[in-house]
Amino acid sequence: MSAYRDEDPRLHGIKTKIRVVPHFPKSGREVLTFLGLAGIMFQDITTLLLDPKAFKDTIDLFVERYKGKNISVVAGIEARGFIFGPPIALAIGAKFVPLRKPKKLPGKVISQEYILEYGRDCLEMHVGAVEAGERAIVVDDLIATGGTLCAAMDLLERVGAEVVECACVIELPELKGRERLNGKPLYVLVEYLEV
Amino acid sequence: MQSGVGVCCSSSSNWLFGLAAAAAPLLPSSLTTISFPISKSSSSSLITLSTPLLISSPLRSIASASGSSQLNEMASDDAQDPRLQRISSAIRVIPDFPKPGIMFQDITTLLLDTKAFKDTIDLFVERYRDQNISVVAGVEARGFIFGPPIALAIGAKFVPMRKPNKLPGEVISEEYSLEYGTDKMEMHVGAVQRGDRALVIDDLIATGGTLCAAIKLLERVQAQVVECACVIELPELKGRDKLTGKPLFVLVKGA
Repeated sequence: MSAYRDEDPRLHGIKTKIRVVPHFPKSGREVLTFLGLAGIMFQDITTLLLDPKAFKDTIDLFVERYKGKNISVVAGIEARGFIFGPPIALAIGAKFVPLRKPKKLPGKVISQEYILEYGRDCLEMHVGAVEAGERAIVVDDLIATGGTLCAAMDLLERVGAEVVECACVIELPELKGRERLNGKPLYVLVEYLEV
Repeated sequence: MQSGVGVCCSSSSNWLFGLAAAAAPLLPSSLTTISFPISKSSSSSLITLSTPLLISSPLRSIASASGSSQLNEMASDDAQDPRLQRISSAIRVIPDFPKPGIMFQDITTLLLDTKAFKDTIDLFVERYRDQNISVVAGVEARGFIFGPPIALAIGAKFVPMRKPNKLPGEVISEEYSLEYGTDKMEMHVGAVQRGDRALVIDDLIATGGTLCAAIKLLERVQAQVVECACVIELPELKGRDKLTGKPLFVLVKGA
């Protein structure tokens, strides 16, 4: 489901604040080139963060959706998920659980490997942060191929949590990340389509 | 000179008064008549600034650190905000991470305690909400956890300060020293304007190198760094001295 289809009036302000930066990064996100998309059009949310109203509206849209739904865990993916996750967690009374690149978390962790176009990467979560039966959402700024979100969901499900939904500010629908989420719902505020 | 308006440090009342007087022009005039309690306890104490800064009232001397072996020292007298006990207890200390001999202050357990996390943010928001702060700069990555909620609550922009090659647009860079070698911190060109009043946020201050780099980036675009704010300070590492005179506000001190 996407908020844009409901045409909440706040969405226009949010979408216009996201800056598209061509040809970044020079390497990485190779999959976009692989799929023949014109250059790499990077969706930069930092400009959204410079507009206090638009940033607040972004958070409010997620909070309105998840408040009162018994969500006890907001898992945010390093690093931009750390920007959106905590304000949502605070507003809905949930724990914030950072999901990190290897060797960043200091305590005992569980790891989930995931495949990139060239090579692999790994996401980690602290043991004991999430308990069996907890209801969780996963937050990141953007879903592209869905690989990272998939790894995040795996980590949560491995400890017996229920992933209620994945939530991102931006979706790149052409990359079909939504299909990679094993049937888990995905909620986004804006879609970016190559025109 | 140590900077640290409102945070416990060993100092004479005259010195701190002088610092406060020097800091006064940087703060809105509405603050100059507000007082805050200073601990007079004999053990190390953290001045908990849930109330605004003292500028012009006479200051009592602050006792020096007692050398207590407690890992996380806090204000020990009745000036302490009651929320600090729970915040301090929620921080997990992990020995020998990332390498032997280092006692790592893990804030992830604080984030699992919804009340303590909220209280942490509230303590910063209460301090800064009426100070006309237009920028909250957060240092990657744990500064991204604390900075945005503060920014949202006080109506400021959030500006991420990042490791190299992460920010997609045009950046300015500042190199800083590590124990072995150097690293670089970057900020987007155009994110901060001349005259912006800025805070720098991170989870912890150790040697102060990272915060210093952040201060320099903000000052290079002619912003005014009002204060640095961290959840935790490791005072033995004297990071407070590296902040080019900028004040530092922390909630908890670790050994």
